[in-house]
Amino acid sequence: MKKRIGYFICHCGINIAGTVDVKRVSEDLASYPGIIHSEDYVYMCSDPGQSRMIEAIKEKKLDKVVIACCSPTLHETTFRNAARTAGINSFQCEIANVREQCSWVHKDKVKATEKAIKISKSVIERARFNESLEPISIPVTRRALVIGGGISGIQSALDLANSGYEVVLVERSPSIGGHMIQLSETFPTLDCSQCIMTPKMVEVSKHPKIKLLTYSEVQDISGYVGNFKVKILKKPTFVDPDKCTLCDECTTVCPVAVPNEFDLGLTRRRAIYIPFPQAIPATYTLDINHCPGLVPIACGKCADVCEPKAIDYDMKPEILEEEVGSIIVSTGFDLYGKDEMAEYGYGTYEDVLDGLQFERLCSASGPTMGKILRPSDHKEPKEVVFIQCVGSRDPEQHCAYCSKICCMYTAKHAMLYKHHVHDGQAYVFYIDIRSGGKGYEEFVQRAVEEDGVVYLRGKVSKIFEENGKIRVWGVDTLSGKDIEIKADMVVLAMAIRPSKGADELAKKLKIAMDKDGFLSEAHPKLRPVESVTSGMFLAGAAQAPKDIPEAVAQASGAAVKAVNILSQEKLYHAPTVAAVNSTLCTGCGMCVDVCPYEAVSLAEGKANVNEVLCEGCGTCMATCLRAAASVKNVTPQQVHNMIIASLEG
Amino acid sequence: MKMEEKFEPKIVAFLCKWCSSAGSDLAGVSRLKYPPNVVPITVMCSGSVSPNYIFSAFKKGADGVLVSGCHPGDCHYMKGNYYARRRITLVKELLDFIGIEPQRFHMSWVSAAEGAKFTEIISDFVKELEPLGPQNKLRSNL
Repeated sequence: MKKRIGYFICHCGINIAGTVDVKRVSEDLASYPGIIHSEDYVYMCSDPGQSRMIEAIKEKKLDKVVIACCSPTLHETTFRNAARTAGINSFQCEIANVREQCSWVHKDKVKATEKAIKISKSVIERARFNESLEPISIPVTRRALVIGGGISGIQSALDLANSGYEVVLVERSPSIGGHMIQLSETFPTLDCSQCIMTPKMVEVSKHPKIKLLTYSEVQDISGYVGNFKVKILKKPTFVDPDKCTLCDECTTVCPVAVPNEFDLGLTRRRAIYIPFPQAIPATYTLDINHCPGLVPIACGKCADVCEPKAIDYDMKPEILEEEVGSIIVSTGFDLYGKDEMAEYGYGTYEDVLDGLQFERLCSASGPTMGKILRPSDHKEPKEVVFIQCVGSRDPEQHCAYCSKICCMYTAKHAMLYKHHVHDGQAYVFYIDIRSGGKGYEEFVQRAVEEDGVVYLRGKVSKIFEENGKIRVWGVDTLSGKDIEIKADMVVLAMAIRPSKGADELAKKLKIAMDKDGFLSEAHPKLRPVESVTSGMFLAGAAQAPKDIPEAVAQASGAAVKAVNILSQEKLYHAPTVAAVNSTLCTGCGMCVDVCPYEAVSLAEGKANVNEVLCEGCGTCMATCLRAAASVKNVTPQQVHNMIIASLEG
Repeated sequence: MKMEEKFEPKIVAFLCKWCSSAGSDLAGVSRLKYPPNVVPITVMCSGSVSPNYIFSAFKKGADGVLVSGCHPGDCHYMKGNYYARRRITLVKELLDFIGIEPQRFHMSWVSAAEGAKFTEIISDFVKELEPLGPQNKLRSNL
């Protein structure tokens, strides 16, 4: 059947018409093969503009339209919907980008006009062989998986559960709470972190829609948006939480003491332990890596003293299988450790701490019950030096990025220190103070004005111990003076990194990471909570360093994005997917190997595309030696015709 | 007598939809300027650019061909640009073998945020092609 194509070029005011002679283009295109209707209009995207297109389709019985206007990222949907209104398939409408890729980047009107003609002709060639397609519909499993039980994961899980969807919340450590539960106070309000965190943790544990899996890790994932299958490894805790009465007898008899992760090594815990008093679930965990041994039982003291018989040495790892429709990844962060940062005596001198350790020292539930004391001799430090940007903003040696929260938490640390030790002096070495955020700048000013914190702009060159003091050599670049401080304690604002193991998880989930290992969002501005894999969303510091309000906001955003999927009866997938011409296919299987989505498989010696899994990237098409594979509406034939049009037009 | 017209190389640019085409959009939004010698063809992924497309472009009279995708590691389809990179290396060698100046074919990585880089790549490419003159080796319609 002969194609009846309509061509419309938009002036976009003078945005296009200023550099492209739209009248000439429209006249030139009128005689192009297949063009039945060609016109220019001042604003095609306006209501009258769309109506002109709809009327032309109806009156002249057009079966395809090409609109030369702005980038398809902007108005492709507008015009495709209008095409559908006019009674043709929406995939019979194509956009020629003559603004961003032509009128806006050129000055010479004659040449820009010629280019606009070439672009238009090449897109007409694409449209000429477009198939009419209908979106592929897929069912939805209406429950979600949240990976990571820090503040972000908790917020996402609660938002999803409160919207009425079942949530599986997976956390790899024995309790949820993440780093936020370790903090003492939070900036800029000085709210007690545990006091605002624990109600949320309790809500998670009591919520009928939330299935909490702690001490568990995602092992494997398959499926696609709306229909993921997840394998979760539930590690044995060797304690039955239903029987455990939290009497704490087991820890009193356990002979093993190892550094306590919750206090970042400032205290020690037993091999059987509860991470912290408010842990959720409220139960003990037997750390098999430090227990003297279960096979054969080397010690057995904890089971002996356990009256309710909650300890079960025969507990085995379990693999749970869950089906979910969408996934939120909130795996959080870790601080730079001593392996990465040997400067500044971290890991060598006991009184050189990182930010999280200092949080524990300030915390009422911490190792010193909220008294700020030196770990080495338990004396009150009278001079404390805080160093910012340790590992951050250092592209040569460490991380190029800004860890974002350190300026604020250092101001908070200095302030808290002064609140605990009134006659003490706090010094902060900084490069710049970045205090963007509601009430943040005022907070830093308060540290300086009310608590007399001395801010020194410059870097520290050397730290060494001498006579029980930590000597800090630095420079104040504002006065140009060398600074030497005989400090009692040094606190390093370590760079924030993606949490350990996040990279392996990202590979399992097939979501991208940036150069620093943070999870990549689909678009830095417009899709900041979506991963590039549809159905998977990002929340919290796993995506980039961020503070609590930002993490919470992103977590709620991610939850809404997940609800967008879960609330659908059916999902619709772009139908521009690969198709295999089985007459040409020899069953060599090269397309099977290259498909990033495992969407192609061999059946009876021929390649077969799972249209639901296929994202239409076309890698199979470029790989196929027999030209059997092609992506609908970007077939090799269409591209060849586009090439010809773009060179000869 | 009419002055001989200045040689204007014709370039076909295969841009992936997610990064390079978006990057060229950003060049437009930022009102950066580059020579109008390039006609962009947006494809889903640089990994979908078959060597046939490149040869077809040269055959139909292109003086230069550009394939531009997401940065390695940033592919919207996770690994399409790695396939593109491998394939393009072979294409380059083949072009060299059949006597086409290697400067006539470029592969670049332009992210959605790199409008300025896109501009630079096109400007440099045009400058590089100008001294080479028209490509006649593969051209079929002389």
